[in-house]
Amino acid sequence: MMKKLSVENLAPVYFTVALFVIWEAACRLFKIDTFILPAPTEIFAAMVKYWWPLLKNSFVTLWTTMAGFAIAVVFGIALGVVVGWSRTIYRGLYPVMIGFNSVPKVAVVPILIMWFGIGEVPAILTAFLISFFPIVVNVATGLATTEPELEDVLRALGASKLDIMRKVGIPRTGPYLFGALKVGITLAFVGAVVSETIGANAGVGHLMVQAGSNFQMPLVFAGLISLAIQGILMYAIFAVFERRMVAWAFRSSQSAGG
Amino acid sequence: MIVLDNVTLTYPGRTGPVTALAGTTLNVRKGEFAAVVGPSGCGKSTLMKLVTGLIRPTSGTVSIDGAEVKGPVKVAGMAFQHANLLPWRTVLQNVMLPLEIVEPYRRRFSRDKAAFQDKAMALLNVVGLGAFADRFPWEMSGGMQQRASLCRSLIHQPALLMLDEPFAALDAFTREELWCVLRDLWQEFGFTVILVTHDLREAAFLADTIHVMSARPGRIVETRQVPFLRPRDLDVCYRAEFTGLVHELRNKIAEVRQAA
Ligand SMILES: Nc1ncnc2c1ncn2[C@@H]1O[C@H](COP(=O)(O)OP(=O)(O)OP(=O)(O)O)[C@@H](O)[C@H]1O
Ligand SMILES: [Mg+2]
Repeated sequence: MMKKLSVENLAPVYFTVALFVIWEAACRLFKIDTFILPAPTEIFAAMVKYWWPLLKNSFVTLWTTMAGFAIAVVFGIALGVVVGWSRTIYRGLYPVMIGFNSVPKVAVVPILIMWFGIGEVPAILTAFLISFFPIVVNVATGLATTEPELEDVLRALGASKLDIMRKVGIPRTGPYLFGALKVGITLAFVGAVVSETIGANAGVGHLMVQAGSNFQMPLVFAGLISLAIQGILMYAIFAVFERRMVAWAFRSSQSAGG
Repeated sequence: MIVLDNVTLTYPGRTGPVTALAGTTLNVRKGEFAAVVGPSGCGKSTLMKLVTGLIRPTSGTVSIDGAEVKGPVKVAGMAFQHANLLPWRTVLQNVMLPLEIVEPYRRRFSRDKAAFQDKAMALLNVVGLGAFADRFPWEMSGGMQQRASLCRSLIHQPALLMLDEPFAALDAFTREELWCVLRDLWQEFGFTVILVTHDLREAAFLADTIHVMSARPGRIVETRQVPFLRPRDLDVCYRAEFTGLVHELRNKIAEVRQAA
């Protein structure tokens, strides 16, 4: 059992290594030009060589992402609570939010750059915009779907709407919220990088654009890989956080009694 | 004393108005154990919501102890077919939930928490859940969850207990066990009970009075006093008078279903 589990746990490592090996082999076998697709060894060499610019720009991307995401969490929860407060507001606003959410955020970046100039602000705002709606929608859904019978029990005890929110609505929103945070952080990351590629003077996106215009393809790919690593790390952090905070939701779904 | 005087309730409904209750008149004395039986969809759950003030009647009046019910009554205990426990709280914390809401407990909650915990533990011990207080609801069987739900509806010592098919989802043995638990709790605390049920034996075993409702739109078509002496033992269910009463109730419901 233990052995099987550890094989399963290591599977992602095996797959990643296998992917790089195949990639490397393909590059050598078919003599693929570095300007088209650099081999992993070249990419890692670039990562080692340019470790300082990569690290510096990663920090910029990381903090803009986090700043945008933090704003999204605060406003997302606040608006989610407002929307989830009454079924009428929920029904009325839900389609509007879906509409807003389907506007491609990339299209907004040039506007943001015009408003706020080249720099970190557009990246923060894009990260915010892109991760904001999933949080609102999930918090609102969690609140609006409180079991009516449970609400009756509490109202017959004289509970106010606020009591019901505090004791039932908000705690039961937990799984929805953490699910949304997990997805939201990766989205925020995408938003920040997209904005950096369009117009910025720092960040991994900016670094990649510059490297691209200098034909330093290995460095472009090194940027991509460092983005992927950061994305995976952040997702993992929030997934662990989710498991910790709302363990009951994971375990109660496998409950025996009705 | 609970009085429903000529109460009619019409839901707006998505496909036109639905009259759930029409001219329902019902009296329940203080401390009485009343059962309401009737065909499915006749408005029993609606009746419960009217008594607790969760909905207002379209016409007629509902009053408790002489005062008209104009909003949620505030101190009724309720339990339903589904236990509806909060999965993020332990059983003990679930049972204590009403104390965090109902005055005067609410005001004193943080100060007297230890005392309230003892109170909840005592109640859990009565229903045989003492050893499971620190478990989560999803670690327990349906019957155990229902016991906890019963404790939650009684922890604040309500004057009125409303039960809407509380034992419907349980197996026959667990159900009879919980009948006895409820019987003992009622005998000890003396609250008023309105029990909605589809199980006529349950009504006959537990109640002082059984009200039979007609098919929708519902009203009370017959009220039967249950003559068996208290304290009742499960053996009473095997007596000829008991079986006779259940049989008559069954026929009455079959009749009102036919009439619909
Ligand atoms: N919110 C609502 N809107 C419209 N109609 C409703 C609503 N709630 C209940 N009804 C209708 O009112 C009638 C009575 O409903 P109620 O839930 O009181 O029945 P019940 O006697 O409890 O049924 P059951 O025994 O199946 O639980 C039903 O015909 C139902 O369709
Ligand atoms: Mg019902």
